[in-house]
Parts: sequence; structure tokens; C-alpha cells
Amino acid sequence: MNIDFTPEDEAFRDEVRGFIAANLPPECADSPTLGVMTDKSVVKHWHKTLYEKGWAAPAWPEEYGGTGWNATQRFIFNEEIARANAPRLMPFGLTMVGPVIYTFGNAEQKSRHLQGILSGDVWWCQGYSEPGAGSDLASLKTTAVRDGDHYVVNGQKIWTSYAHEADWIFCLVRTEQSVKRQEGISFLLIDMRTPGIEVRPIISIAGLHHLNEVFFTDVKVPVQNLIGEENKGWTYAKYLLVHERTSIGGVPESRKKAAHIKAMARAERNADGGALMDDPAFQRKLAEIEVKLTSLEYMNLRILADAAAGKAVGAQSSLLKIVGSEVQQALGELAVEAVGYYIEPFGQGALPGGVNARDIGPAHTRNVWADYGYGRAASIYGGSNEIQHDVIAKAILNL
Amino acid sequence: MEFALSEEQRLLQDSVRRFLEQNAPLDKVRLAAGNTHTVQRSLWAGASELGIPGMLIPEDFGGMGLGLLDAAIVYEMIGRHVAPLPFLGTTVMAPLALMLAGSEAQQEKWLPKIAAGEIVAGVAITEKIGIREDAGVKALNGTLTGKSLFVIDWAEADFYIVADSEHGLHLVLPDAKGLSRRALNTIDKTRSVGELVFDRVAAEPLPRSSADAVARMIDAGRVMLAADTLGAGQMMLEKAVAYAGERKQFGRVIGSFQAVKHLCAEMAAALEPSRSLVWYAAHALDEVPRDARLMACHAKSHLSEVGRFVARTATEVHGGMGFTDLLGLHYWFKRIGLDRQLLGGPELVRLEAARLQGWAA
Repeated sequence: MNIDFTPEDEAFRDEVRGFIAANLPPECADSPTLGVMTDKSVVKHWHKTLYEKGWAAPAWPEEYGGTGWNATQRFIFNEEIARANAPRLMPFGLTMVGPVIYTFGNAEQKSRHLQGILSGDVWWCQGYSEPGAGSDLASLKTTAVRDGDHYVVNGQKIWTSYAHEADWIFCLVRTEQSVKRQEGISFLLIDMRTPGIEVRPIISIAGLHHLNEVFFTDVKVPVQNLIGEENKGWTYAKYLLVHERTSIGGVPESRKKAAHIKAMARAERNADGGALMDDPAFQRKLAEIEVKLTSLEYMNLRILADAAAGKAVGAQSSLLKIVGSEVQQALGELAVEAVGYYIEPFGQGALPGGVNARDIGPAHTRNVWADYGYGRAASIYGGSNEIQHDVIAKAILNL
Repeated sequence: MEFALSEEQRLLQDSVRRFLEQNAPLDKVRLAAGNTHTVQRSLWAGASELGIPGMLIPEDFGGMGLGLLDAAIVYEMIGRHVAPLPFLGTTVMAPLALMLAGSEAQQEKWLPKIAAGEIVAGVAITEKIGIREDAGVKALNGTLTGKSLFVIDWAEADFYIVADSEHGLHLVLPDAKGLSRRALNTIDKTRSVGELVFDRVAAEPLPRSSADAVARMIDAGRVMLAADTLGAGQMMLEKAVAYAGERKQFGRVIGSFQAVKHLCAEMAAALEPSRSLVWYAAHALDEVPRDARLMACHAKSHLSEVGRFVARTATEVHGGMGFTDLLGLHYWFKRIGLDRQLLGGPELVRLEAARLQGWAA
């Protein structure tokens, strides 16, 4: 057990911190004005900045543009990114389809797609869920029928984050009806500009538009866009699900949120006029969440150590997902409690980081409600917590 | 940075696990529990062959010179087997007192005997955390007067380390004039707890006693109790999973019902992060002094809550059987229950944590 950072690690941290300080636009570091949703142009700019430094995809193999950092360096990098409140890069290309392409794609696909993902010029979205296939993903019905050198795709995807801003979508489609459900699924890359694709918005509980429905009507997709073998898509999808899920606990984000709550609680007053932070009942709630967060952080470090030693992460990520989302939601609830009735004034304009027409509460209250509402998704997306419990029961406990 | 046990630590934990599997089966625990206040000498002698009693004691005194993280992973195994061993006082808190505050002569006299597994050492420190029933021990002119409750490893102790109402630590022999000893029957029959009443009892002060030494004993004790709960909780989970895989209702094993599966998965999701927390808290005692006290509070309070949740849930999964004496699951349930209260319950420990962080006066 050694939690110390070496002088080389500390030097690396200084380098990362220095680079972020010099290059992160100041408006990004100011959390009250940042909003729950980050503007595409802001993310793109930051992505480009990291790309030019060679830091856009630390986890990728070096031959495809990764940094070659070890696990400790990646941990430090993520910590510094969170500490600086830098926008999160979109995961759909960098941590989802990118690794699938460099692992299972052919040479032509690698040369065509990886560069755009790395530079952030090409945005991706994920076409997995369907109206009838959520937790039971293998029951998906969108079909791709081979017709010469094309597939013809028909069907519907749902909950597609940022489909309205994406250039490409990676999809699970059914290519074979007569076999076991998992064995008739293929992994297709589809250009969003292809005729026959229609994107319709879904407005969320938080009043935000990031989710969509995507309809496919006789969409012609060249067979070159098939990843790996036909009917092996489920294997690639599963790879994607366990790949790079060590950050799913969201520890740095929750740390930031806890710090924000403490700052609010020092400013907010209790019924008796004292600072909310001095209220033992409030302290107790905050302390319980922080201890859980601390234990999550150490579990995350332990899993990273295992991964660095070559042990598969596997179903451990389900534990991270459950505990991480519980912490995230508990923090959201506590923030709502902290700001009291200032939760009431609410302008849609505040969501993307703008300002209410007339600010009623202090600036730190601005995004609390949107964040709380958005937080409800944490126990649903990426496999609902109920499904994660099933995974743990099966894969860890052998029940 | 490497957040993992070393190869030596894994081997140590495995050897303790194997030893307890072979030597501390449930019927032996039951036998010991029938007579709580008899130290299991044969089991302790076996543990001595592994070096357990003296694991924290420097090699110069016949010990292994290991750290508190090593002790925590051993106590985790002891908790896993609800083994009736005087580990908390004899292996951890009393040697720590002697090493931090004792004179060379005291160290030379007692540490080798502890390391050899020849003696048991009790620790009377409860009143440094909270005083009940007018307890508390006053030191005056080399004598102690007062009362100490919930003395750890009370039975058959060859000496006691006693904390007075200032920051003094004293060494008291069990046959000292004016000392009366009363057994306390507690919910947990696998460990001995008693009380000591002092009436001008001659005591030998530990000359380097300080508030810091007392606090470090308590910190270490708290992390050990958290580790004990972790081990006991993990075993309860495993027992629940095994039972759910055997017990049939409606023609199928109850572990195939989602309601039961999820109870088990919730226990796993509560325990896994706790393991890392206990490791770090123990590591901090050894290596990161600035974090040590707060992390000890965190580990103690969090494992108290996780332990209670697991104890209740595993009992629920066992249905009526979990409620019976026959199955023996209750030994784990009660062990976790005592861990929660010894050296400060979670409510009190959380308040301490709040003060350490400057949140509360």
C-alpha cells in the first residue's frame, strides 16, 4: 500500500495544472455561470486545446494517439481536470466507439474515424436503447437488411444523447432473426446526414434538451461501415460496457459538488440566523455522504491498482455505478435542502449557464434545481441501478 | 501510488484465514461463548505460532514489527470467524500504550511476554470517550480510585492498561490491593468485557503518557473494530448467498428471486467500498498522520452503519433460520453490534469528526 505520489508524479501534476491554468477559458472555471449543460462550442474549444497538446485521449494506446501515461498519471490528470472545473469531453467518441474501432475495426475504419474522434471534429452519439429495449437491450428490433453493398436500416432508437448535435451514430441493429437474440445483432457506424434519418427532441425533467429519438426509414448504410463480423455486435457492445468504466463512480465530480455545497452552507442561514454549516443535523447528512464518497474514492483507487496489475475490472464497475450514483443523488438532494426556498425561482435560461431574467437568489443557487433534476438520470442511464444489482448478484455473488 | 495490499500482506491474511478455518469452527465459538470469561488459551497459543499476539511489537522484543494495516487485515479475518481471541486489547491497544508511553523497563518486562502469547492484557479506556454512571478513574499519589466500564479483554488479564481522567496511562496488576473486578455479560459472547473498580489501587504510571498517546490508542482501536465489522459483515453476506442458493420455496431456490438477489447485491455494494476505507484508515495510522484521526472516525462510524445494514439484511435473507440459536448467525450479528458501541458509537464519533474538520464547536 503506497498512496504517496513520487516527485515525478508531483512534477507531472504541476505540468498538468499549469497547462490547464494557462489554457482553460476563465468562463469555464466559474461554476455558477457554467450551467448543467455545457455549450457545444465551449466543449469543442477545450477538446481542441487538449488535442493539440496531445492529451485528448489519455487512455488510448499510444499508436492511436494516447498519451502512454500510467494509471497514476491518468488519475492525477482526471483530478486536475475536475479541480479546475474544466468541461467534460464528450464520451461517445473518446471512451465508447473509439476503443471499439481500434480494437475490432479494420484498417480502413481506423484511418477514417479515429482522427476525427481524437481531434473532436467529429461528434458521435450512441444508438443502443429502443422503445421496447431498455434494460433488456438484446430485444432490440431495429433491422439492417443486406442489399448488395449496402444495409437498409429501419427502426427507432431512443434516449439518444446529443443526437441532434452528432455527425455520426454507432448503432446496434438486428441482422439475423432466426437465431438466439444476442447472436443476431451487428454493430454499424452510420453517418447522421444519410437520407431517412430523423431526430426528434425529448425534453427532460430538468427542462433540458440533450435526449432524442432517432428514426430510421430505409436508411442506406455502406457495408464498409460494419464493425467486425456480422452478428457479432453483442460481443463488441459488451466490450464497450466493461471498457474504461473505472470512472463511472464520478468521484471528482462529486468532490466538486460537495465543496460547492459547503460553500453554500457557509453562506446560507439557518432558521435561527446561524450559518447552515453549523447546524448539526446538516453536518451529519453532509458527513455521511462525504464518508461514503471517500470510501468510493478508495474503492476506485483499489480497482485502478487491480487494473494496472492486469486484473479485469468487470462487474466491479457495477458497484462503482451504484454507489457513485447514490452519492451523486444524495448530494443533489442536500444542495436543494441547503438553498431552501431559493430553489423556487427558476428560469430556463439558467440551464445552459445563462442567467434568470431577474435573479432572486444568490448566484450559487442558480443551477441547483437543474442539477438535482438532471441527477435523477444517474440511477437510470448506463444500465439502471436495478440491473446493476442483477449483474452483481450474477457475476460477483453467483446467485 | 499503489492502492493494494502487498504480497506479504495477502499471504499473512491467507494464513490467518486458514488457521481460523481449521481451528475456530462454529462449534468451538459456541463452546467459548458458553463461558465468555474464559480466554481460549489453546486458540491463542495457535495464533502465537503465526506471530499474531506480537505482530505490532518490535522484533527486538520478540515481535514481528508490523504495522496497523497488517493488524487490521488480521482482525478482519478474526471478525470473519467471530473468533474468541483477545486481539483488540492484547495485540493492539496495550502494546501500543507500552510502545508510545512506557519506560524501557516496562517494555522489556511486558512486550516479550505479549509477543510470546503467554499473557493477556486488558485495556480500561472507555471513560476517555464518554463517562457513564459516574465512572472515571482519578490518579492521586501513585494510586487510582474510581471505576472503569467496558474494559477490553478483561478476563484473565495479566495486567491492565488504565487511562485516568487526565492524560495519564497506568499499569495495574489484577491482584493489586483495592481492585475489584466484575464480569459484564454483553450481547457478544465471543469477546470478554468487564469492569474494574479502584479503591486507592497502587498503579505504575507509564512515564511518557500524553493526550496524544491516549488518542492514538483510541484511533487504532476504532480502526480495528471497523476491520472486525468488515470481516464479520463479509462472512454474513457469504452465508446469506449460500443459504439463498440452497433454500427452496415455490419449487426454486430463493436466490433466484430478484427480491432476494437484490438484498444480497445491496450488501455487496455496501461492503466493497468499506474495505477500501478500512485499508486507507489503517494505512493512515501508520503513514499519514495528518489524516489518521479523521479517517479513524470515518471508518468507525461508516462501518458501524454498514455493519448494521448487513447484519439485518443477511438475517432477513435467512428467514426464520437466521433468528434461531441453532444456525449461529447471531454470533456475527451480535459481534457487529458490540463493535458499533465499543470506543464510541457512530453518533458520537461523527461529532468528533465534525470537530476535527472545524464544523462544530
